[in-house]
Amino acid sequence: MSDFGQNPQAFFDALLEDDPTELYENAPCGYVSIADDRTIIKVNRTFCRWTGYGVDDLVGKRSFLDLLAVGDRIFWETTIAPSLELQGRSREIAVDLLSPDGVRLPMLLNLLRVDGPGTSGSIVRIAVFDARERRTYERELLAARRTAENAAETARILAETLQRTLLPPSLPEIDGIDLGGVYCAAGDGSIVGGDFYDVFEISDDAWGVVLGDVCGKGAEAAVDTALARYTVRASAIRTRSPTRVLTELHNAMEHSDSQGFCTAVYLRVRRRDDGIRMSLAVGGHHLPLLVGAGGDVREFGRPGALLGMLGPPRLHAVDRLLNPGESLVLYTDGVIEARRDEEFFGEERLHHLLGANAHRPAQEIADTISHEAIEFQRGVVRDDIAVVVLQVPPVG
Amino acid sequence: MHTADRHQMKMTGPTDGRPMVFVHGFGCDQRMWRYVIPWFEDRFRCVSFDLAGAGSRGADTYDPERHATLDGYARDVVEICSELDLDGAVYVGHSVSAMIGVLASIRRPDLFSHLVLVGPSPRYVDDGDYVGGFTRSDIDDLLDSLDGNYLGWSAQMAPVIMGNDDRPELGDELTESFCRTDPDIQRRFARVTFLSDNREDLGQVSVPCLVLQCRNDVIAPEYVGRYVHEHLPRSTFEMLDASGHCPNLSAPDETANAILSYLAAENITG
Repeated sequence: MSDFGQNPQAFFDALLEDDPTELYENAPCGYVSIADDRTIIKVNRTFCRWTGYGVDDLVGKRSFLDLLAVGDRIFWETTIAPSLELQGRSREIAVDLLSPDGVRLPMLLNLLRVDGPGTSGSIVRIAVFDARERRTYERELLAARRTAENAAETARILAETLQRTLLPPSLPEIDGIDLGGVYCAAGDGSIVGGDFYDVFEISDDAWGVVLGDVCGKGAEAAVDTALARYTVRASAIRTRSPTRVLTELHNAMEHSDSQGFCTAVYLRVRRRDDGIRMSLAVGGHHLPLLVGAGGDVREFGRPGALLGMLGPPRLHAVDRLLNPGESLVLYTDGVIEARRDEEFFGEERLHHLLGANAHRPAQEIADTISHEAIEFQRGVVRDDIAVVVLQVPPVG
Repeated sequence: MHTADRHQMKMTGPTDGRPMVFVHGFGCDQRMWRYVIPWFEDRFRCVSFDLAGAGSRGADTYDPERHATLDGYARDVVEICSELDLDGAVYVGHSVSAMIGVLASIRRPDLFSHLVLVGPSPRYVDDGDYVGGFTRSDIDDLLDSLDGNYLGWSAQMAPVIMGNDDRPELGDELTESFCRTDPDIQRRFARVTFLSDNREDLGQVSVPCLVLQCRNDVIAPEYVGRYVHEHLPRSTFEMLDASGHCPNLSAPDETANAILSYLAAENITG
């Protein structure tokens, strides 16, 4: 090179006129050409230098697949070969080449198929790039990614477990009432939602039913949901008045650290001589729907204020017998606010659905609502969904 | 048509022709059959589709639980074929889909009149006297190999698979890489494929089968093809001149002619 020291131009001219053979043999990448049957038919010096093979060890003697680690051989035959047949090229394929003494050499391959005239077959040209550092780095990235995925999975399991503790593991058996309940978490279930419901025994002939929605999501909502659930359970024992139960829930929410608020429906159910009597109060929540045996659907109850904010809520108790064949349906806004593009699932659709399914058992009604709301959103649940159905089975 | 649509089902040929179902194997999608199907579509009603996890809508069709065994894939095949009313079809399955066809045929013996098994293997991993051609650690090595090609996919393919209609320049990328599917799914499918054992199932196939065997097939070597032939109650073994594992791409003419001659001998002419 020193000859060119005083004459840089001559140096570059010489490079431009470089001998093609020299360009091929000592290119900054390995070159291998293989026949249809994968036999190596041409190979450059760079490739031999990197891998430690002699030209004579390879050309006409070895299949290129022999030089690949066995997993890469399978990858080649199932994925790379089809790519080459279908589109004539494939690139940035990561493989390990095996040196003569079996050492793995991480490489990247770019491949190009060149067809001969007519049916004379084709060859595949392979450019081989030394990728040791890059592949090491990629392996680290992949490991980091797997760690992150595992962490996300752990978080999801934790959230699901926590969520389960906020819902009754199973609904109690109540003589004369068929009960159904369903909860579906938003998204992939990795975040604890704010919807909750509970059905619990108060005395031998009375039960409490609550369904609500705590504002927010995640850990804080979980705390408030637990608070709401246990407050309702505790006060339901102390008082028969549903408005009193919700007022105590309001007080608890107002004094909670999170200063969150919630909406809730509380229902006290008693078995009396004349049938199943319901006493209901609603705080800031959608009114439950009363479904007649004939499929007629109407709201039941009187609207009341949101719980946990703006001072003592105005609440109203409403009493009624639940007659044979009738169902009362409590639900959260995840049902009617399910959205597809610009369209909401809406109350009308819910009414229609309930009317058409009035004759079915309580759990089937609850499942149908949740299923239809999820399908409506094409399976992507944006807000959690909770539904509780109480039904007095039809006579006879 | 719901399931068939989700699997990007394509149907060509006369609607009154005898149905033929072409199912691709591990590593690619239904385009594996693009050079073979034209040989049949003048007389046969040719159906092809993407297996769960494969093709551009692979993520929609794949269910990690259902597809944790080859039987889940076989159920898909049964579902699609029932949906399309393909009773009495000729089933043509490549690679792992040979065994998927075997399982589907055991489930519903009325569905297919014949099975054509291209490069079949009932078990890839050696087991006692049985030689499948691979060891368990070879399969782990394959999983590593798939991992090695993981990042390239994620960066390039994720936006394409997600459907970027507003970025047409990605179209070329898509054709460039269509044999690369979601690496997570590919990894799971690799496990299911290469760790499956369907040797016991072979004896339960009641319909006649054709085993098509390539030379120098490192995935399903000749002795494995012969094992399949010997353990199927009614089968014909045919050795192709083609080498490698994908004669449907490397030697479509020879593959199609071998199937046509077999079907002619079985009095099936479309």
